[in-house]
Amino acid sequence: MSELFDILLSASFWAAAIRIASPLIFAAMGELICERAGVLNLGIEGIMVVGAFAGWMAVYSGMGLWPGVAVALASGMAFGLLHATLTVPFGLSQHVVGLGITLLATSATYYAYRIALPQVNTPPKIDAFDPYAIPGLSDLPLVGEALFTQTPLTYAAFVTAALVAFVLFRTPLGLAIRACGENPAAVAAQGLPVTGLRMGAVIVGSGLMAVGGAFLTMSAFDSFFFEMVNGRGWICIALVVFGAWRPGKTLLGAVLFAAFDALQIRLQQTELGAVLPYQAFLAAPYILSILALVVMSRRAQVPAALMVPFRKGER
Amino acid sequence: MRLEPIPAPSLARRAGFPALALGLTALIAMGLAALAGAAPGEVAWLVVKGAAGSKFALLETLNRATPLIFTGLAVAVAFRAKLWNIGAEAQLYLGAVATVVLGTGLLDWPAATLLPVLAVAAMAAGALALLVPTFLKTRFGVDEVVTTLLLNFVALLFVSYLLEGPLKDPMGLGWPKSEPVIDAARLPRIAEGLRLHWGFGLALIAAVLVWILQTRTIWGFEIRAVGLNLKAARFAGMPVNAVLVRTAILSGGLAALAGFSEVAGAKGNLTTDLSPGFGYTGIIVAMLALLHPLGVVVAAIFVAGIFVGADSMSRAAGVPSFIADITLASALLAMILALGLTSLRIRR
Amino acid sequence: MTEGFGETVLRLADITVRFGPVTANEGVSLELRRGEVVALLGENGAGKTTLMNVLFGLYAADEGSVELFGQSLPPGNPRAALEAGVGMVHQHFTLAENLTVLDNIALGTRSLWSPVSGTRALRARVRALAEEYGLRVDPDATVANLTVGQRQRVEILKALVRDARILILDEPTAVLTPQESLDLFATLRRAVANGLSILFISHKLHEVEAVSDRVVVLRHGRVVAEAATAQTSRAEMARLMVGADIAAPAPRPARPGPVRVALRDVTTPARGTATGLRGVSMELRAGQVTGLVGVSGNGQTALAGLIAGLERPERGTLEIDGKTPAVWTPRTAVRAGIGRIPEDRHGEGTVGDFDLTENAMMELYSRWPFSRAGWIDRTSARAWAQKIIKRYDVRCPGPEAPIRLLSGGNMQKLILGRVMETAPDVILANQPVRGLDIGALTYVHEQLLAARDRGAAILLISEDLDEVIALSDVIHVLSEGRLSPGFERGTMTPTELGAWMTGAGFEDAA
Repeated sequence: MSELFDILLSASFWAAAIRIASPLIFAAMGELICERAGVLNLGIEGIMVVGAFAGWMAVYSGMGLWPGVAVALASGMAFGLLHATLTVPFGLSQHVVGLGITLLATSATYYAYRIALPQVNTPPKIDAFDPYAIPGLSDLPLVGEALFTQTPLTYAAFVTAALVAFVLFRTPLGLAIRACGENPAAVAAQGLPVTGLRMGAVIVGSGLMAVGGAFLTMSAFDSFFFEMVNGRGWICIALVVFGAWRPGKTLLGAVLFAAFDALQIRLQQTELGAVLPYQAFLAAPYILSILALVVMSRRAQVPAALMVPFRKGER
Repeated sequence: MRLEPIPAPSLARRAGFPALALGLTALIAMGLAALAGAAPGEVAWLVVKGAAGSKFALLETLNRATPLIFTGLAVAVAFRAKLWNIGAEAQLYLGAVATVVLGTGLLDWPAATLLPVLAVAAMAAGALALLVPTFLKTRFGVDEVVTTLLLNFVALLFVSYLLEGPLKDPMGLGWPKSEPVIDAARLPRIAEGLRLHWGFGLALIAAVLVWILQTRTIWGFEIRAVGLNLKAARFAGMPVNAVLVRTAILSGGLAALAGFSEVAGAKGNLTTDLSPGFGYTGIIVAMLALLHPLGVVVAAIFVAGIFVGADSMSRAAGVPSFIADITLASALLAMILALGLTSLRIRR
Repeated sequence: MTEGFGETVLRLADITVRFGPVTANEGVSLELRRGEVVALLGENGAGKTTLMNVLFGLYAADEGSVELFGQSLPPGNPRAALEAGVGMVHQHFTLAENLTVLDNIALGTRSLWSPVSGTRALRARVRALAEEYGLRVDPDATVANLTVGQRQRVEILKALVRDARILILDEPTAVLTPQESLDLFATLRRAVANGLSILFISHKLHEVEAVSDRVVVLRHGRVVAEAATAQTSRAEMARLMVGADIAAPAPRPARPGPVRVALRDVTTPARGTATGLRGVSMELRAGQVTGLVGVSGNGQTALAGLIAGLERPERGTLEIDGKTPAVWTPRTAVRAGIGRIPEDRHGEGTVGDFDLTENAMMELYSRWPFSRAGWIDRTSARAWAQKIIKRYDVRCPGPEAPIRLLSGGNMQKLILGRVMETAPDVILANQPVRGLDIGALTYVHEQLLAARDRGAAILLISEDLDEVIALSDVIHVLSEGRLSPGFERGTMTPTELGAWMTGAGFEDAA
C-alpha cells in the first residue's frame, strides 16, 4: 500500500503519465472533431500508424523535427480526405470505411517501410524531440517536473486541446461543426455547406490523429516498429465517449488513463508483479477502457446525427 | 450537382460497378509493384502462379481459406444483424484455447466423439467472447465496435499468459506454445495423400448451413429484419435482444471454429501467432462477399489466394508481401464504394 | 411605416419542377406584395412544399425564375435566398435539439471564419425581437426541452434575426393547439404591420380565412385559382382545392359494444424527451372509434406504445377483454387481437429493403402457416401478400418488389391490409393518413369506419383535430401525459377541445 502512495506522489510518475497521455490527447481530439461533425472515424488506429511512420521517416531522411510533424499531419489529412470522401458525399457505412482505412493505412505503412528500409533488423533511431524545461514553471515542486519539463510536442498536445475547445465552443465555425453532428438539415437550411464542414472536420481530425501517432516515434520511442500503436486509436475512441464529446473531459480522461497505464507499469515492479502475471497488467488498460464505456454510455449525450449521412434535399 | 438514390438499379449497374472496383484494385496493386521496382505484369503472374499454379499451391490456398471462411461467415452473420463484431480475432483465439484445453489429453476419447465435442466447446468459448459485448450493448448501450476491438487485445494477452503459464508445453524449449493436441483431436485429411484437412469441408458445410438458416428459417428472417430496420422489427413483435444474442452466439461460434480448425487441423498446437489477423481479414472477406454466406466461400478462397500468391511472389520478386494486405484493403474500400455507386446517380 | 406597402417583393414566374417522371410543379406563377399575407392552399401532394423549397433555394427549378425585390435569384442556393431576406419556417423544424436556442439562432449569422461568436449582442437582439413580436422563449434553454410551440417561435426568431422581409410558413399550425395558433396569428399580424410579407402554406380553410389577404390554390402542381380572401368562401376554396365537392365522412351512429381494452390509472415512464402517461384511465369499446387529440409530444407515443405492446404500465393496469396480460410485448398484443397501424410507416411499419411478401408477414411470421417448425413457408406468405395486394388495391410491381419502391399511400394500404385481414378486435390507428393524398386518405378512413361497423374497437390518434372530430364517436384529449374525460360526438367544439389541449380543465390545472 505504501508503495502505491510512493508511486502516486512521485513527480517522475506524473511526468510519465503526461508523456503517455500526449499521443492520446492529439488523437482523441482528432476523433472528437470528427464525431462532433457526425462522422465516426474508425480509421484512427491506421492513421496513427501512418503518422508515426511519416513523421519519423521525414526526420530520418534529413528533415527537421517540426517539418516532420507537418509531414505526419499531411499524411493523416490525406487518409482523412479518403475517409471523408467515402463517408460524407457518398454516405457509405462509417464502420466499414473506417476499418478499411485502418487496414489500408497500416498495410501501406508497413509496405512503405519495407521498401524504404529493406532488410533492417533493428529499426534506426532518430534525434527526437528533447524535453524543454519551461523557465520558472519547471522549478515548481512536483508539477514543475510533471508538467513543465516535457517535450515541445507534449506542450503542443495541450495547446491543441485548448484550441479545439475554443474553436468548437466559442466560434461560429465550431457551432456549425457541432450543428452538423446534431442536425445537418439545420445547417443546410442556413445555406452552410454540410458536406464541406464534415469533410473538413474529418480531414483536420485525421491530421491530429497522425500527429498523435508521430508523437510515438518523434517524442517517445525515437524509432518506428510494427504494432507500435497497439490499440491506442481504439482507446481514443473510448476516451471520447468517456469525455462525453467534450475536449476538457476527454483530455482529463486521457491523463487519467495514462496515469493508470504508468501505474500498471510501475506496479509490475512491486510485489504485486510477483503475484500476478505481467499480461494482467498489460490487459488492465483495455479492460479499464471497457469499464469506463459501460459507466459513461448511459449518461453520455451522443451527437444526435453521429453516423447519419446527409444528402441535400432529403429528409 | 448532387447525388440522389436510384430506387431500383439495373443489372448492368449492379454488376458493372463491382467489376470496376476489382479492376481499380488490380491497377492499384500493379502500381504498388512498380513502386517496389518490379515489373507489374510479372508480379501479377507470380501471384497467380503462387496461388493456383500447382496442386500444392492450390491446396495451400484452400488451407489458408479455411479459417477465413469461418471468420468471414462470423462477420457476415453479425453484420447482417448490424451487430458490429470486430472481435473475430478474440473469438478465434478463445476457440483455439478451448480446443487445446480439452484436446491435449484431458478428454481421452476416440476421434469420432472427441472432435465434435471439441468443436462445440470451441464454439461455446467463442460465443461467450461475443456475448459479453453484446450484453453490454443491449443492457447499457455500449457501442460494440470499441468493446470487441479492445477485447481482441485482452484475448491475445490472455492467450500469451496461458502459453507461458498453465498451458505451457514443458517440452517447448521455453517457447510460448501449448502441448500438441492428441492424435484423436486432429482433423483428418479429406483424402489420403491430399494436404487438405477436414476443416475445409466443415467450413463449406457451415457456409451452406448459414445460408439455409438466413434464407429459409424464421431465425434468419428475424436476423435480417433486425439488421435492416431495428425499430420495425421490434414493432412487428420480434424479440430483438434475443435475436442479437442468438446472432452473437452464431457469429462468435463460427469465428471460434476458425481457431478449432487451425489447431485441430492445420497446426496441432496453439501459439500466439496462430492467426495472422484472420479475424480482421474476415471483415474483408465478408464485405467482398456482400455478406452472402456462399459468397464468403468464394471471397475467402480469393483472399487466401492473394495472400498465398503474394507470399510466394515476394520470395521470387522481392516485393514486400504487405502488398497483399494493401490490395485487399483497397478492394474492400473500392467494393463498398461500388456498392454505393450502384444505387446513386449524379443529378446535374 | 406604411410607405412602400403594396410593391411586389417576390415574383415566381412559370416554375416547373420534375422529379423523374413526376411533375411536382407546372408553370406556377405567384406574386407577393409588401405587407401582405398570401395563403398557398392545397391538398397534400399538391406541390406546395416543393414550390417553397424552390423559392428558398433548396431545389433548383427545371424551368422558370424567382425574383426577389426585383433581383433574380440564382437557383439552388439557400444562402442567396437568406441574404435576400427570405426566412422559412419548415413544417419539420430544422433545429439542433441538443443545442441551445441561442446557438440555433446564431448558426449561420456570422462568417464561419469569424474569430468570435458574438453571442452577447445576439442574446440582447433575440430578447428585443421576442418582446416586440410576442415570441416568448428563453434564449439559453436547450431546444430538446422546449414544447413544439416554443420551437416554432425559435424558427420565427431565426428568420427575424436575419432581417427577413419575407416569411414563408409551411403548415405552421399543424402541430399547434388552437390557442397557440391564435398567438401565432397575432405575431404574424405584427410582422405584417412592420412591413414584412408572409406566404402561409396550409390546407386548413378556416385558418386561411382568418389570416390571409389573398389566397392561391394549388392542385396537382398547378395554380387553379387566385382570389382575394374576402371575396371567396370556404366551400368555394375547398371545391377548388380538391377539384370536386368533398363529402365529409358521415358515419352511421355507433353501436358501442363491450369494453375490449381498459387502462386503469396507468402511468408510464418518460422516455428521453417523450412524455409518459400520468394516471390515465380509458376504455376502448367494440364498435366505436375513440379519438385522441393533443399537441404532439404530450404522451401520444406512450399511449400508442402501450396499446401496441412496446410499453408496459409502470403503475396501474392494462386489461384486454377484462384480463391483465402476464406478458405484454408487440407479439402478445398481436396475439390478443390488436391490429396496429404505426405512426411512422417507413421507420416502424415496414422494412424498406424487404419485399411486399416479407413485409406482409412481419407480424405473423412465427405462426402457422408462415412458419412450419421454424421453416418459412414462402408459398403461404406470397399467397397472403397477394391477397392483401388485391383486396386493398396496393399498386405495386408485385409481391417480390422491395416495399421502398411504393408510394406512401400504397405502403399504408399494405399495412392497413396486414392489419385488417387478421380481423382484429382492436385497431390502433396512429396518424393513419399523415402525408397521404386525398384518395388514399379517404380509402383509409372508409376502411376504419367499416371495421368499426363490424365491431372493432378503434383508437384513432391524430394531430389533425378536424380528422378526429369527423371520425370519432368519443374524443379524449392528452395534455402533458394526462387524459381528459371522454367527450361524446358532437358535444365539443374545436375551441373547447383546444382549451383542454393546453391543459385547462384538468383537475390539477393551475
